Amino acid sequence: MKIARDHKPRVGFFVTCIVDAMRPNIGFASLKLLADAGCDVEVPNTQTCCGQPAFNSGDDATSRQLAQQVITAFEGYDYVVVPSGSCASMIRSHYAELFAELPDWQERQHALSAKTWEILSFLTDVMDYTPKAEYHGTATYHDSCSGLRDLGVHDQPRALLSHVDGLSMVPLEGNNECCGFGGTFCVKYPELSTAIVGEKTAKIKKTQADTLLGGDMGCLMNMAGKLSREGSDMRVYHTIEVLAGMADGPGICAPALK
Amino acid sequence: MKQTSHQFTQNVTRALAEPTLKIALDRTTTLLRTRRAKVIDAFEEYAEARATAQKIKDHTLDNLGHYLRQFEENAIASGAQVYWAETPQQARTVVTEICRAEGAKSATRVKSMLGEEIGIGEALADAGVERVETDLAEHIIQLAGDPPSHIVMPAMHKTQEQVAELFAKKHKDPSTEQDVTSLVSSARRELRPKFMNADISISGANFLIADTGSFVTVTNEGNAELTTTPPKTHIVTVGIEKMVPSLKHAAVFLRLLSRAAIGTEITQYTTFFNGPKREGDRDGPENLHIILVDNHRSDMLSDFLRPMLRCIRCGACMNHCPVYSAVGGHAYGAVYPGPMGSVLTPAMTGIEGSKDLPNACTLNGRCKEVCPVNIPLPDMLRSLRARQFEKGMPSGMTKWGLRVWAALATRPALYRLATAASNVALRGMARGRGKITTVPLAAGWTGSRDLPQPEPGTFMQQYKKGRR
Repeated sequence: MKIARDHKPRVGFFVTCIVDAMRPNIGFASLKLLADAGCDVEVPNTQTCCGQPAFNSGDDATSRQLAQQVITAFEGYDYVVVPSGSCASMIRSHYAELFAELPDWQERQHALSAKTWEILSFLTDVMDYTPKAEYHGTATYHDSCSGLRDLGVHDQPRALLSHVDGLSMVPLEGNNECCGFGGTFCVKYPELSTAIVGEKTAKIKKTQADTLLGGDMGCLMNMAGKLSREGSDMRVYHTIEVLAGMADGPGICAPALK
Repeated sequence: MKQTSHQFTQNVTRALAEPTLKIALDRTTTLLRTRRAKVIDAFEEYAEARATAQKIKDHTLDNLGHYLRQFEENAIASGAQVYWAETPQQARTVVTEICRAEGAKSATRVKSMLGEEIGIGEALADAGVERVETDLAEHIIQLAGDPPSHIVMPAMHKTQEQVAELFAKKHKDPSTEQDVTSLVSSARRELRPKFMNADISISGANFLIADTGSFVTVTNEGNAELTTTPPKTHIVTVGIEKMVPSLKHAAVFLRLLSRAAIGTEITQYTTFFNGPKREGDRDGPENLHIILVDNHRSDMLSDFLRPMLRCIRCGACMNHCPVYSAVGGHAYGAVYPGPMGSVLTPAMTGIEGSKDLPNACTLNGRCKEVCPVNIPLPDMLRSLRARQFEKGMPSGMTKWGLRVWAALATRPALYRLATAASNVALRGMARGRGKITTVPLAAGWTGSRDLPQPEPGTFMQQYKKGRR
């Protein structure tokens, strides 16, 4: 899948609704890394959400409408890059289910799905990129489920992070177990979600790491929110912020530096 | 059992408040996960076996009518009697009639989930037959009066300490020690005479073999063999999806089943049954009755739930499910718990009475990953949500929320205004603390978690202003 070096790929960046609303820093860190890796990046302004909340609620009509919006906005690019395994997997692995009865759209959908990438795996597997960054701390890594199981994102973030000066990594027990976020699940079944994330934060604290990293803002927000409520001072960042050298501000749920 | 899946959320609250439940669940699920991972790692042909198993099941399901007829013919030729039950009620009637015809007073039973599904306990009670559960865990829950909470380990919700207490109270000659060996001995002393004196034995079957009319049971305690040998009559109740064409196909599943279920290469006992006692045989039942149960399996065969019929009831999906691990099997309020149960319960008992089950799942995909026959459980759970949505089942609040969100998300310009406004609102609530501790209408989140304070301005606002 590696591209020839003489061609500068045109990348459409899909920021995702959560990053757009809650932590734009992840988006700007992504733009920086993609440019540094040799991509021409654009941010289509007709993007909103990939449709996953509707899809997982069983509302196929709305999901299809949003999928069509995404296809139309992004089909002109060489690649679509997404700073989330969950949203990337929605586009890559699940859009096909929405167009089973719409043959006119199938080709366009298929073409878009095939060129959509989760950012960490895009940087390694497509761009063969080596980051240069510095971060002082000991981090542990949570593998978010969709990225891990639908897209096979596991080694890529670890390989990228191995180039960060000052950073040491410690393994997380149950790193492949769900954190209890589950999109709308966390507010539909708060008791269950709380019980599951509580187990997760206990395992995170057991690592003695001072930093938690991952690749999905939804899961990170869930774990950071719980850690913060428990009074932990764990620093929580999206991997991309560390790789871009942009983890110098407060972590997720941490107070701004005075 | 009394189905309570319609009050799933109350069941969850109760389960989470149960102090020893999580201890019991963690002890067993952790052990099962670790052992499974180890034995699957060591099984070099795992991926191939898994793909072959899926192929065998899919082929058998594509030709199920053919194999069922073949099985029936061969089973009858072996001397068994074969019955067809479309509903649990029909299956119970057959069981009751056999018991009455035999004048049976007691029946020993080998654990089978199909038996739970059709309500075998009820059938025996109707016939005035004492039911003796011979599987150790089933014996425990029979004494406790509990329904099973797991399809392989029905007493998973009980700690060893609770079992010791229960045996001390209920056994005639309980052990004084509370270690596992002593507890097992206590159960053995209690059960042994009952094995020998039963009039009828009842089992399920893990596999039906079409070309021989045989069936297979897989146990670790040897209770299937001891249960079904002394009594004069053996009744088998089995779901029609348990079919495989031939012995060699069953062998593929035997290599997968106990690895997936309990992390061992094979179970202690794997028995192939073929017909009743023949002339010259020293033991075995004189009468063998095989009841083939449908209970909506034919319906599943013809829709998107078809892959569910590949299920070999190993329980790996629930052992690896974060929801099951948090609340255990009883919270699901149905015979089959966990991910496979959340698919089977709506299929077998109706979508209305179990509407939480397909929704109470994070779609994390681990169940599918560990499934030895690659059942796309998350996809089916999501499709069940779509079916619920088509029927207009989500609550008014959910539908309203989705509609408002969809109206914005499909209009990018309007969406920008809405996200910009929410950015201002959330920042106001955070008051510079970096986090938000309560958000109106979002207590589900903020009841137990903080929400981060967003940066000033959404990504799209900042990007438009030229930030790169």
